Amino acid sequence: MRLTALIERDLRLAYRRRGELATPVIFFVIVTALFPLALNPDPALLRTLAPGVIWVAALLAVLIGQDSLFKTDYEDGSLELMLLSPITLEWIVILRVFTHWLVTGLPLVILSLLMALLLDYPTHALGTLVMSLFLGTPILSCLGAVGASLTVGLRRGFMLLPILVLPLTVPVLIFGAAAAGRAAVGDPVAAPLYFLGAMLILAITLAPFAIAAGLRISLES
Amino acid sequence: MFVWFHKLASPPFFYRFAEKLAPWLGWLSLLVILAGLYGGLWLSPPDYQQGDGFRIIYVHVPSAWISMFAYMLMATAAAIGLIWRIKLAHAVSAAAAPLGASFTFLALVTGSLWGKPMWGTYWVWDARLTSELILLFLYLGYIALNHAFEDRRTGDRASAILAIVGAVNVPIIHFSVNWWNTLHQGPTVFFGPKAEMPPSMYIPLFIMMFGFMLFFAAFMLKRLQVEVLQRERNTVWVRELVEQS
Repeated sequence: MRLTALIERDLRLAYRRRGELATPVIFFVIVTALFPLALNPDPALLRTLAPGVIWVAALLAVLIGQDSLFKTDYEDGSLELMLLSPITLEWIVILRVFTHWLVTGLPLVILSLLMALLLDYPTHALGTLVMSLFLGTPILSCLGAVGASLTVGLRRGFMLLPILVLPLTVPVLIFGAAAAGRAAVGDPVAAPLYFLGAMLILAITLAPFAIAAGLRISLES
Repeated sequence: MFVWFHKLASPPFFYRFAEKLAPWLGWLSLLVILAGLYGGLWLSPPDYQQGDGFRIIYVHVPSAWISMFAYMLMATAAAIGLIWRIKLAHAVSAAAAPLGASFTFLALVTGSLWGKPMWGTYWVWDARLTSELILLFLYLGYIALNHAFEDRRTGDRASAILAIVGAVNVPIIHFSVNWWNTLHQGPTVFFGPKAEMPPSMYIPLFIMMFGFMLFFAAFMLKRLQVEVLQRERNTVWVRELVEQS
């Protein structure tokens, strides 16, 4: 019950500052649109680059979005109350990551359909692209949340977070882009999708402990 | 034995211990590395395919090996420091990171110098090279976080979490990079078998690895002494030490 109250609070807060939360999604759209301008608007070239471009843009957008994950709660002291609450912090953080993904990650997954069309990505492979992002972006959210929990007390945490987290996201990028890229040329995609699923389970089960530990350290100082 | 080990975690005791041990290790590493270089550059024959170019492995392989060893050391010390709250363990992590990053860089540079005549290019997105590059990024992230906090202890503990998360991730990264590489490029870059090595080649390599290990240990002790002094600068024993000298 108290857990649903937490989700409700997070969603309500998210709705009230929807402009701020829309930033990563807009960022995703603009970054994706920059590639044809920089490279070449040739559809054949764009088609081969589309999976990688969409995945890199999504990765950066998710990480940028994670900066706001604990910021306001840290500044107004809600985070300290959560630390004192009888619910274990690990539960609280995983719910927070989940609601944050619902309002920033999920729109991104849906918008990737639009960006895929702009990049001439084959329509028969759209299902796999969406599936790869659907499985992959929550992993990125978890990893980004670890970085956010460690940098929440820092003024320049915004700059630091991508440096800490980007090397850790390499496997997600490899398997995600591989699934989307293989689907485009009609190769079997089960293997990378299974890997993404396995990593998602690993992230959901292990990340909360790291995030909670990071928050405890950030709050102690 | 345990009492001695326990005492070693006390900064003043450790400082004096390192003061005595480091020069021995340092001079010994110089001797061993010179012996290894003599074996590698004069005694071992040129490779039948790569000629004398292969001799860079006498620097490349030990550096790559130390780069991974240092990360393991860093993550293990970070976990120990976090769990048992041992100050010296955090100092070990903080001291190991820049050394590890340097060896990673050295491995990358020697690898790409070797790659130019052998592969015809300074950089190939080969699985091992890529893993090593990501390892360098992990080191840089750790160092950046470690220095980002005003309070040294918070920085230590925050970066300890990052080191542990990184250590969990390293096998996954390594595996995924291998998988990705075999997907994109065939085994064309892996020319000839490097499996069979005569003793005149691998004995110098082992000597060099041992020498690099000693070198790493000596510099690790020296860096640790600096770390300990910085961290304990407000204590009585450091003040006494400074006044004595």
